[in-house]
Amino acid sequence: MFEAIVITIATAATPILIAAIGELVVERSGVLNLGVEGMMIMGAVTGFGVALTTGSPWLGFLAAAIVGALFSLLFGFLTLTLVTNQVATGLALTLLGLGVSGMIGEAFVGQPGVKMGSISIPVLSDIPFVGKLLFGQDPIFYLSILLTFGVAWFLFRTRAGLTLRSVGDNHASAHALGINVIGIRYLAVMFGGACAGLAGGYLSLVYTTQWIENMTAGRGWIALALVVFASWRPWRVLAGAYLFGAVSIGQLHAQALGIGVPSQLLSSLPYLATVIVLVLISRNRRLTMVNTPASLGRPFVPDR
Amino acid sequence: MRLELVKRPQHSALFSALSPFIALGLTLVAGAIMFSLLGKNPVEALYYYFIDPLRETWSLHELAVKAAPLILIAVGLSVCYLSNNWNIGAEGQYIAGAVLGSSIPVLLPGFQSWIVLPLMLILGMAGGAAYGSIPAWLKVRFNTNEILTSLMLVYVAQLFNDWLVRGPWRNPQGFSFPGTVRFHEYAVLPEIWPEAGRANWGFVFALVAALLLWFMMSRTLKGFEVRVLGQSPRAGRFAGFSSGRMVFFAFMVSGALAGLAGISEVSGAVGHLNEKLSIGYGFTAIIVAFLGRLNPLGVVAAGLVLALTYLGGEAAQISIGVSDKAVRAFQGMLLFFVLACDTLIHYRIRFVGARAARAGEAAQNV
Amino acid sequence: MRKTLLSLATATAALALATVAAEAKVKACFIYVGPIGDFGWSYQHHQGALEMQKNLGGEEQVELAYLESVPEGADAERALERFARSGCNIIFTTSFGYMDATNAVAGKFPDVKFEHATGYKRDHANVATYNSKFHEGRYVQGIIAAKMSKAGVAGYIASFPIPEVVMGINAFVLGAQTVNPDFKLKVVWANTWFDPGKEANAAKALIDQGVDIITQHTDSTAPMQVAAERGIKAFGQASDMIAFGKETQLTAVVDNWGPYYTERVKAVVDGIWSQVDVWGGMKEGHVVMAPFANMPDDVKAAAEAAVEKIKGGFEPFTGPVAKQDGSEWLKDGERADNGVLLGLNFYVKGVDDKLPQ
Repeated sequence: MFEAIVITIATAATPILIAAIGELVVERSGVLNLGVEGMMIMGAVTGFGVALTTGSPWLGFLAAAIVGALFSLLFGFLTLTLVTNQVATGLALTLLGLGVSGMIGEAFVGQPGVKMGSISIPVLSDIPFVGKLLFGQDPIFYLSILLTFGVAWFLFRTRAGLTLRSVGDNHASAHALGINVIGIRYLAVMFGGACAGLAGGYLSLVYTTQWIENMTAGRGWIALALVVFASWRPWRVLAGAYLFGAVSIGQLHAQALGIGVPSQLLSSLPYLATVIVLVLISRNRRLTMVNTPASLGRPFVPDR
Repeated sequence: MRLELVKRPQHSALFSALSPFIALGLTLVAGAIMFSLLGKNPVEALYYYFIDPLRETWSLHELAVKAAPLILIAVGLSVCYLSNNWNIGAEGQYIAGAVLGSSIPVLLPGFQSWIVLPLMLILGMAGGAAYGSIPAWLKVRFNTNEILTSLMLVYVAQLFNDWLVRGPWRNPQGFSFPGTVRFHEYAVLPEIWPEAGRANWGFVFALVAALLLWFMMSRTLKGFEVRVLGQSPRAGRFAGFSSGRMVFFAFMVSGALAGLAGISEVSGAVGHLNEKLSIGYGFTAIIVAFLGRLNPLGVVAAGLVLALTYLGGEAAQISIGVSDKAVRAFQGMLLFFVLACDTLIHYRIRFVGARAARAGEAAQNV
Repeated sequence: MRKTLLSLATATAALALATVAAEAKVKACFIYVGPIGDFGWSYQHHQGALEMQKNLGGEEQVELAYLESVPEGADAERALERFARSGCNIIFTTSFGYMDATNAVAGKFPDVKFEHATGYKRDHANVATYNSKFHEGRYVQGIIAAKMSKAGVAGYIASFPIPEVVMGINAFVLGAQTVNPDFKLKVVWANTWFDPGKEANAAKALIDQGVDIITQHTDSTAPMQVAAERGIKAFGQASDMIAFGKETQLTAVVDNWGPYYTERVKAVVDGIWSQVDVWGGMKEGHVVMAPFANMPDDVKAAAEAAVEKIKGGFEPFTGPVAKQDGSEWLKDGERADNGVLLGLNFYVKGVDDKLPQ
């Protein structure tokens, strides 16, 4: 039972983890994209549709990531090339994504989809307590861990990562050093879009194998909160995602055990917990300052 | 070839005036393409979207009903955003206002006097302002990101309201369905002209709020302070303004107006408090604020346009079967185009070949 | 400018008229609370509307219009007024939250017939109300669950504590107790009608706590899919969800609105429509069980016998029934009063949960 619960938590945490890791890279480059929810839902509908027509969940995930990246380009063009307000543009992206996905998805309603199955390694998967947890989950779960590891390594151990962070910290001096600020931000935004698309695909291909309008149900916003919650650190994003997953699954278990607390109070716990942790983390001003990309949300236009 | 922005020495008065119309034109063209792709006659679809709802008086009243909360919340948000405070949680403040304002008719049903309604409106504003001051306080005291705290508090407010109307505040004669008792006559916000339609005084509040804030922003020192602190907190401090106090001011003004919108909606258009109160006005108002370019008078126009897309969306759905998803896609496009066109106010756009661009840069570096 | 607009308006209006070739005999309009793509509540109402149109002679005879995802606040009244003004002869408002709006607009348009689902207010002569006895289906589910469950405990994913849902939970337990008096039911309130992810999590939590049958009063197919993965059985909700659990679904309570809609629209055409308050169940064909599957023949026989008994007029809420605390609710042979049922806010004995108050 313990193992099953942890796997349930992992399934709940994986999509927000993937989306949040993508957004973390975007924000590290100094761009705030509030359109995560919109990109996610586009990924969910594309992934579902492609997997359904081709029969391959892998192709579904690939398509979800590509569409997420393409959709984020729309945001990139407006905020980076036309220097529009990032908050408003991100919201517009969410709105557009929810509307367009609903129209595309009308044909998919009520159809059982194609599920990305879990892997199973003989012997190893059968180890008691941790076998299934470590060796018997779906491939995207492992991808999400790899992604966290990869992004942490990229940001803090490579030259390119340093460049990206310098763009986020001070775009003017990065530009003065001859770094292509806009180009790097485009790449970061597209990476974020691809991750959000992938996360959406996870919802419609693994989490619940079906397409339903608005099925992201606010998870894109949670991903955004996680990034700040983690003070822009990849491993803390992972911890936060699993904490959030644990709280939301835990409240359901508390109910099934029959404790008499209003379910609304239990349902609001994940949100309250996020606020409290945000406060605890940002109390230490020096620590936050070190990690916060100083140019976050500020538009950049090269002077000439 | 690529696209390049060249900053104008001064912002262009011509494009300031033209850009909303260019944006509207582009939205119409893009909308026509979308409707054609959906297999609908684009002219017919656009007619139902933008003209049909304006043909009859009752429908104009409905436009006012729909636009009132959007405008009320958005004018507050525009001040908040100009001061560089990102309140994304107006929806929560809207609920807080509605709940606190409703407490009088729900908890004191016997208290029936003309003073009830003014008290409710004041409590509504107080509730919104108080709820808005939470993220403000967290920001000032703990340096917590206000975008996220204000957003998280929306969900908390929704669940709290849900608990209230299903539990302690539930109408005992309501067959255990959620929702409070219907408000008595002294607690109902009257309609302006009941013979003609449903528009209530909430719309008047919205117009008054827009005018007051427009005056504040353009004619008073406070407006100047908002702008200065919004553009550069450092410069603001040199001028002797406190950015901490500004955070509270911005959140409480936008919170109070969101709260007023909440209690107006409950006591005007709905007539009792229920769990269906929160339908995203607080989020849509963010779009309205930007459509109106953070100018209180522009927000009035933007609120009316956005309300029109809702009414038009229904007309198109009934008459020619355009899906309701089209409404959201349409609003998203409209906002995209408005934002993109506003770039023209501050920048000229130049298309340059890759080589020409590099040559130009080299020339400048000399 | 004004002139151009006006001429454009007339031109397009003429165009709009031209597209409607022949006037249909009657215009029936539906307002839905969710998207018709929810594959649950709104979807089933829309299926009923389409069935009605087909039964009554197709598009030439019945013009159909609908609005989906209409919020249950100020927007509903506007949507209904637009319907009434656009020539609808009969308007079906398919969610409880439309109750006040329905009665307000009905007062303004006495010639239009209004039919409100699941409500109790009929302020004007042109307002009828209708609802279905879904709990009859839940009772049958309870019997099947108790026969199929090895653990003796089932899991119930509930949406919101409104009477209809409480009635369903109680009826399920009463059905189960006819087979196994010690049968237990665990309840999780998802606080949503519709969030596949959350419903899936609720199903997993219940299964991890040892239930081996899942039933739901939320709309998505996610719990069915979770049950299929975990290899236990489940019941579908609102529509036949067998496609989502070929080896999992035992049966489903299907909301079958088609017959009622056909009857009522036909009454308008024939000019014999009158105000009613209908609470139809299996007998009237408003509640239908999806084919019994994935169960041994003796369980199937018991389920079919229960269906026949209910069709013959049996009410699941017939005494002796004790409340959750053990005190007596219904005496032996006593039938619950409809008024009490429609406002039900307490559990019967055997529910392992505290009802949110």
